[in-house]
Amino acid sequence: MTWNLKNGPLLGAALMLVVLLAAPHMFYPVFLMKVLCFALFACAFNLLLGYVGLLSFGHAAFFGSAGYITAHMVKALNFDPLAGILVGVMVSSLLGLVIGWLAIRRSGIYFAMITLGFAQVIFFLSLQLKFTGGEDGIQGVPRGMLFGLVDLTDTMSMYYFVLAIFLCGFWLIYRTINSPFGQVLKAIRENEPRARSLGYDTDRFKLMAFVISAALSGLAGGTKALVFQLASLTDVNWHMSGEVVLMTLLGGMGTIFGPAIGALLVVTLNNYLAGFGSWVTIIIGAIFVSCVLAFRRGIVGEILEKVRTWPTRHKT
Amino acid sequence: MMIQIFGIPIQALLGQLLIGLINGSFYAILSLGLAIIFGLLNIINFTHGAQYMLGAFAAWMSLTYLGANYWVGLILAPLAVGAFGILMERFMLRRLYHLDHLYGLLLTFGLALILEGVFRQLYGVSGLSYTIPEIFQGGVNLKFMFLPYYRAWVIVASLSVCFATWYVIERTKLGAYLRAATEKPELLQAFGVNVPLMITLTFGYGVALAGFAGVLAAPIYQVTPVMGSNLIIVVFAVVVIGGMGSILGSIVTGIALGLIEGLTKVFYPEASGLVVFVIMALVLLLRPAGLFGREK
Repeated sequence: MTWNLKNGPLLGAALMLVVLLAAPHMFYPVFLMKVLCFALFACAFNLLLGYVGLLSFGHAAFFGSAGYITAHMVKALNFDPLAGILVGVMVSSLLGLVIGWLAIRRSGIYFAMITLGFAQVIFFLSLQLKFTGGEDGIQGVPRGMLFGLVDLTDTMSMYYFVLAIFLCGFWLIYRTINSPFGQVLKAIRENEPRARSLGYDTDRFKLMAFVISAALSGLAGGTKALVFQLASLTDVNWHMSGEVVLMTLLGGMGTIFGPAIGALLVVTLNNYLAGFGSWVTIIIGAIFVSCVLAFRRGIVGEILEKVRTWPTRHKT
Repeated sequence: MMIQIFGIPIQALLGQLLIGLINGSFYAILSLGLAIIFGLLNIINFTHGAQYMLGAFAAWMSLTYLGANYWVGLILAPLAVGAFGILMERFMLRRLYHLDHLYGLLLTFGLALILEGVFRQLYGVSGLSYTIPEIFQGGVNLKFMFLPYYRAWVIVASLSVCFATWYVIERTKLGAYLRAATEKPELLQAFGVNVPLMITLTFGYGVALAGFAGVLAAPIYQVTPVMGSNLIIVVFAVVVIGGMGSILGSIVTGIALGLIEGLTKVFYPEASGLVVFVIMALVLLLRPAGLFGREK
């Protein structure tokens, strides 16, 4: 069989599916669910950074606000878990529409600073609004019965529910990237003035990508709130925005699987270092610095680059 | 007799305006440093908040461990922070100039996390206090309000540093070189000016400004490892509002926003943390390049 790079994503997807179906029998399911939520978050973020070239430093706003809304819907208004998540997604999409509409007026580092600023607004609101519970957050969120049939308090059912959500989100991102729409996004990333001169309304494309990314971040955040039965300030904090940047950078921005792998590594790291106080922050900072200085393509990006240049290096 | 404006006693109003003016002078120094660095290096220095914190800690450490007084700290701490910045530029940032500017942002963000983490590990989050130096203790009663001496000094000191910086950049030969390097570094290099050295020193100066602000802030706020990270987000918004095209613009925007924040605290306290970001949204709607900015 000839090894073709084009088969890579398909092969990778098949491998990922097998691993994810079998994983809860070998690893701690709650940990895996956490990884899946963050992997979806990072992939959604990567849609913006890796494929449109927009660095948002405020994605925690979407992740965290959807978490709060989902938790509130399910706990206070007795919504079905999936319906709760969908309301969370709607709110994060609306936020994405407003913040994105304002932020795309500037590009580059201004875009990063603006998104960071608006995310801080969401943080303040989460701290001050009544329903969010201030410093305590919303605790003891019931996982409930999915469609009144599946009991999600059972860890395994919950795992497969989360897996299904992850796969839907991942598939949507994959389809977006590999559609004509995705091609235009890449064109904007490579050369925005040229894309504009070809007749594309680049602002509209950027805004659409921003909203999709915000919606999927919300999907991840809402799901995470159900998994941990908690929505808290941690998820809207700017540290969270930084962490998702790191996951994407570490795994490989602009690659399909990179962010998921980056999420796996960062979540593992967070779990192992949870008892060591501020060392997590220090090590995460150090990984940032070494990524930027030494391997900017990220893990998956570097591997792909090796594979791509391998034949030429060995022919000559 | 109490004089009132819109039902607010004038003492309370002036008191909040004073706090606003102090916050505003910190915004001004920090956004000025960011603007100078951005002009020459084209990067946004995310470490700026951490360097402000570093300045406050350097002052606290020199007082606690070396017994050095306030004035020594006020000179030594910015120098130390500036030296740290110079090392940062030479050994890290310099490798990124040929890349997308976003990498500079990411690198400095990582460094900010490291600094914050190290100080949190060493000193915890509860905060240390730095006593107000003796000659600034107490204050003066101006009849309509009470003005603590130290707060007056902070305003005077920060504004003088801001305007001195403005003067050097806009009115001296050195500043002319600097402005030339911002426009066309290659051409200036061709005239025999050592541009890389200039970039290093400029970065050092911008960072030292953050350290200076940190020392000034140490006796007013608690010295904590996280004192910079929340401030820097507001300063970024200030920078977006003002636009980084003009030195004087950064100073004026910083002070104005501090005052507006102070006023909001009087009339609608719940929104005082948000008002800067609301103004940012308005500016993006009406004048996306910023009040004093120009599209680059």
